[in-house]
Amino acid sequence: MALNSGAKVGSEEIRPTFAHRISTVLYSKPKLRLRLLLSAPVIWLGLVYIAALLALLITAFYTVDSFTGNLQPGFALTNFISLFTDSLYSAVTLRTIGIAVGVTIIDVLLALPIAFFMAKIASPKLRGVLVISILMPLWASYLVKAYAWRSVLSNVGIFAWLLRPIGLDTPGYSLSGAGITLGYLWLPYVILPIYSSLEKVPNNLLEASSDLGSKTWGTIRRIVFPLILPGIVAGSIFSFSLTLGDYITINIVGGANQMLGNLVYTNVGVANNLPMAAAIALVPVIIMFGYLTAVRKTGALDNL
Amino acid sequence: MRISATVKLLAVGSVALLALSGCSSSSSTNTTKLQSLGTNEKTVSLLGWPGYAEDGSNDPNTDWVTPFETATGCQVTFKPYGTSDEAISLFKTGDYDAIAASGDATLRLIASGDVQPLNTDLIPNYAGVYDFLKNRDWNTVNGLTYGVPHGYGANLLMYNTDVVKPAPTSWNVVFDSASKYKGKVTAYDSPIYIADAALYLMKHNPELNITNPYALDETQLAAAVTLLKAQRQNVGEYWSDYLKSIQSFTTGNTVVGTTWQVIKNSLPATAHTKAILPSEGATGWSDSWMVASKAKSPNCAYAWLNYIDSPQANAAATEYFGEAPATADACKYASKDFCATYNAGDLNFEKQIWYWTTPVANCLDGRTDVKCTDYAAWTKAWQDIKG
Repeated sequence: MALNSGAKVGSEEIRPTFAHRISTVLYSKPKLRLRLLLSAPVIWLGLVYIAALLALLITAFYTVDSFTGNLQPGFALTNFISLFTDSLYSAVTLRTIGIAVGVTIIDVLLALPIAFFMAKIASPKLRGVLVISILMPLWASYLVKAYAWRSVLSNVGIFAWLLRPIGLDTPGYSLSGAGITLGYLWLPYVILPIYSSLEKVPNNLLEASSDLGSKTWGTIRRIVFPLILPGIVAGSIFSFSLTLGDYITINIVGGANQMLGNLVYTNVGVANNLPMAAAIALVPVIIMFGYLTAVRKTGALDNL
Repeated sequence: MRISATVKLLAVGSVALLALSGCSSSSSTNTTKLQSLGTNEKTVSLLGWPGYAEDGSNDPNTDWVTPFETATGCQVTFKPYGTSDEAISLFKTGDYDAIAASGDATLRLIASGDVQPLNTDLIPNYAGVYDFLKNRDWNTVNGLTYGVPHGYGANLLMYNTDVVKPAPTSWNVVFDSASKYKGKVTAYDSPIYIADAALYLMKHNPELNITNPYALDETQLAAAVTLLKAQRQNVGEYWSDYLKSIQSFTTGNTVVGTTWQVIKNSLPATAHTKAILPSEGATGWSDSWMVASKAKSPNCAYAWLNYIDSPQANAAATEYFGEAPATADACKYASKDFCATYNAGDLNFEKQIWYWTTPVANCLDGRTDVKCTDYAAWTKAWQDIKG
């Protein structure tokens, strides 16, 4: 009996199922296994991301027949020539970069003390509450928050009510209004990476520094700052790139001003000039590419 | 090596895709109209401004599509669009039998051959349409009618009665003397707004010889752009979303600028605003329903065109949207003051409206010695003005 059943098991091993065969092949070929595993995300990345960027680049060389509105494929540099020679585009590009830099500086300055308090001073319970309250606004729609700021900044809004008694006034719908709103919108994205890099700074380093006679400012400058710099840069990548691509906030609270995103939007929606829109859209892509290359050395990209 | 090969493949693939998508050929104007109607098809696909074909799904009490479906057997699918340019690109897909287009889009659709001329004898209700809306630049080309009117309205001048004193009677309050209200002036955010400046110049700078604000040669466009760039210094914000405009006038962030009657009607009385038709007249719009050249359901499309100009349906549709109806009889079915509020059929009012028309290279005012600036040039100019 025992022998019989053993022979039965043996015969089953000789005739493996289809799934068995596949797993045997995969087991013996680790490279194939890896390729199959990665193929889905790679195809997605390739088609959705890289092909889209390439399509953007190629479309930027097309032109549009101004009468019929049809696309004319080809290789024309007209879009890039006007991009570089027309003062409109350089003015808007500079304005956009200016807002992005301003928003980033404000956000980093606000985020540093908040993140420091969360990481080093607050009790674990309070820390949890603070993390939740920082993440909370991210659950509300971007549009709702921008429109809320529209009423905050308005002539009869909270800013006007608070500032008029002390002789100041609301910034209103202007570049500074847009800067404040964008700073508010991206603040959580800046706090979180700085907070997580501050958390990694060992407390005994701070104690050692103070034992060796360093004052608070010296400790911050020589110990904390170099250690959290990658976190700050990681946060700045978020606020900088998100501001660079924005066109909705500036429309809602920015008054009559336009940013690069608005030029892309009007070229797609109003002018029906997709090639010009593609050419303009490459400007923030190039700026971000330069920025990322510059910060790669700080190790910030490992902190994203 | 493998990666670069993949990238190459993707690049080639995307080029091929783009080349294919760019291949739609441009055909010329369609001049063949239907001679007779057949039996109605089962469905009809419509494209229009939001609120132009309500079937009760947004508001159960607002429904003029269901009676049409019951009467004709044509099942309606309606797609709303946000801008005239979006309308054109959607319509070019060929999925739609009929479109409600404003004058800044109609000529482009006619020129590209996407719409067919209409046999108005097959649209009995067309007889009831106001004569002043028939055979105009934006719906008629070479004697052929391509669109039946839906409704019309003017771009009025609105001001805050507490701040803007004395009460303005001219557009100069937003142009030459706008600096008095610096930062609180508004204007419509579209290249077609250049026509508002051109209309102002037409009345105040006769040496420019502008006879039609939609037919501007290079010099005339440059003059309008200069005027608008000066205005830009005083503009608080431009509007294209009418809800945004309502809010600005309510909070006082905006005190003077262009508006629509429907915005004025939506403002609370506490906002202290007034909307007027200034002495120069105003730009405005008259929307037209047009039938696609390659309509799959031409009979149902004609049935819809006839229905939308019937007094009941026209009253319901234009009152819901907030514009003057296209037929006099609609006033019998609308609420009591509706036609008076919107100046429906008032010829003195209507005479002063310059309806939105697509600017094209062949001057609309009949000049043949110069080329006029087209919509693409206006769009570029508008971006420069905003800066």
